[in-house]
Amino acid sequence: MIFDFDRVELADVSRDFGRRRAVSRISLSAHRGDIVGLLGPNGSGKSTLIGMLATLVAPTSGTIRYGDRPASDAGPDIRYQIGLLAHELHLYSELSARQNLTFFAQLYGLNPRDVVQAALDSAGLADRGDDDVSGFSRGMRQRLALERALLHRPRLVLLDEPFTGLDDRAVSVVADHVRRLAGGGAIVVLATHDLDLADGLVTRLAVLGGGRLISDEPAGAGLRGRYRSLVGSA
Amino acid sequence: MRKLFAPLLIVTAAMFVYAPVMIAQAPYESTMLLIQKIFYFHVPSWIAMYGAIFVCGIESAIFLFRRKPSAERVASAAAELAVLFGLFGLVTGPLWGRKAWGVWWQWDARLTTSLLLELIFVGYLLVRKYGGPGSDKLAAAIGIFGMANVPFVYKSVDIWRTVHPQTSVVPLLLTSAPGMAAPFAFCAMAFILLLVLLLALRVGLEHQRAALDQLYLAEE
Amino acid sequence: MFLKVALLVLKKDFAIELKSREILYTTLFFAVSCVLIFSIAFVREGAPLEDAAAGILWLAVFFAGTLALGRTFERERYGETLRALLLAPAPRPAIYVGKLLGIVFLLAVAELLLAPMVALLFNAALFSRPLLMAGLLVMGTIGFASVGTLFAAMLVRSRTRDVMLPILLYPMTVPVIIAGVLGTSALLQTPPNEAVATMWIALLGSWNVVFVTLALWTFEPLMTE
Repeated sequence: MIFDFDRVELADVSRDFGRRRAVSRISLSAHRGDIVGLLGPNGSGKSTLIGMLATLVAPTSGTIRYGDRPASDAGPDIRYQIGLLAHELHLYSELSARQNLTFFAQLYGLNPRDVVQAALDSAGLADRGDDDVSGFSRGMRQRLALERALLHRPRLVLLDEPFTGLDDRAVSVVADHVRRLAGGGAIVVLATHDLDLADGLVTRLAVLGGGRLISDEPAGAGLRGRYRSLVGSA
Repeated sequence: MRKLFAPLLIVTAAMFVYAPVMIAQAPYESTMLLIQKIFYFHVPSWIAMYGAIFVCGIESAIFLFRRKPSAERVASAAAELAVLFGLFGLVTGPLWGRKAWGVWWQWDARLTTSLLLELIFVGYLLVRKYGGPGSDKLAAAIGIFGMANVPFVYKSVDIWRTVHPQTSVVPLLLTSAPGMAAPFAFCAMAFILLLVLLLALRVGLEHQRAALDQLYLAEE
Repeated sequence: MFLKVALLVLKKDFAIELKSREILYTTLFFAVSCVLIFSIAFVREGAPLEDAAAGILWLAVFFAGTLALGRTFERERYGETLRALLLAPAPRPAIYVGKLLGIVFLLAVAELLLAPMVALLFNAALFSRPLLMAGLLVMGTIGFASVGTLFAAMLVRSRTRDVMLPILLYPMTVPVIIAGVLGTSALLQTPPNEAVATMWIALLGSWNVVFVTLALWTFEPLMTE
């Protein structure tokens, strides 16, 4: 019986680093089908928040719940439902694309034969599968890393700046992929500082500033304008 | 704890004032005469050091597994005091050795064990200061591992020394002359009280620093 | 699941190493240099000190091991893959075990080269009791690596990791080096003192049990930020 959940809730979550409060009393919830955009300038706490949602960073106060389970219970079954694409990409540059995917597939208990080729195709790297990642461009690595994060079809998809280094075509491919994920019932939390990309993709807009949640509302028209007025000039 | 502080300070100070009296009245040891009396401060400082190590280890475990920030403060204060009392022992030991046997250092099992533990806890302090992100947790691991290592270090150094025998440095003085037991117990007690006193002081300081951090955070 | 993940991590490190063999070659060569430098430094009447054979062997293992630990975790630092491993739906201590096994194997290969080399250079009968010698080396390597892997993993994000690792590791693993050196010396006596060597192996065994347990226990809280 694989653990699953319908929503992720943050209740009054804070994270301090000594005298600096990176995340300040954030309460937020996200449900299946949501694409929550975390927007904010650099240093506003987006990455820390994503780290906490991924169970890699423990909050200093407040609770995070996955369905009914608190994050403090976090174990392999919660982690199985989490997919993270972080800024650092988490790829072994000394291995080939195929070897990277195979390793992570096995780590998640999947049969590589079932998922690796499909992932390579989806990333548009079918012909470069056996080349070492060290030779890839940033964009290629980004696409590969995204596929790696999604191999196990996680319920909670965390994307930290997923569009970095991608050209327009790749961006729309990734955006479509994200929409499909949400359409298939995933909970997507997407952190970015690129307003144009967020506009039209996210269903909810959570704006962060100085570690605080400044606004949390459904996305709609005039996203750019609203963001600007909330945060000041971007 | 605050209420006990002043009486504790007075008692400890009184004990240290009286200690030389007791030491002067204690019988001389036959071969080493006057210099042997350094033992009344030398060994109790080891007792305080190992007491501090024990506190550090336990509090470090509490910090790592229960995530109580107060435990980390006590652990780091205890580590500092372990280094302090250890330093005292490592200075008085060679002084004693030089006067009594003519050499500053001869790899005596107890001194060597304490030196190694001193290094481990200096490592604790270094990692806490220079270790970068998450170094408080790594320091806690050092505290736990250091405490667990005490019996192993002692045993292995002890056997290592018997392979290369030299003059033994700490004969069993307490059994050799009953008149030494009372001043020794007195001084041991004084050092333990000093440890508790300094620990309380240091932890208090850390509490205030944490409170200050909280105020800064509340500002944000 | 635990063992499977540990072996996966081991296999992955092995696959990476197989491609470039960088850590293997550099560690081996460094260990050989160590032996030579120590042999030159410890002389008596113009000839290398024969009694120093045991000590030099273990020193070379310790120094080379420290470098290997640093390099292995440097690989996980680039691309922050350690985070990805921690995110996997596996008990986190399994990652520790996988890394530990990798270091132990690497050092075992180094020892396969170093032991004969030291035996040759010092005319030391290291192989008169090969099982006991192997036992000492295995136990001692596990002891050193058990603490080293934990500390190196924790220091991955630290700026001062290169110097902090030896500062923390060497005092902590003194019982291991004492046991290794004295056990090896016992085996080098004529006739080899099997009882003493066995005693040291037993001591190393109990050290390993305590410290591997502590490491498994503390790995998860240590790796959560």
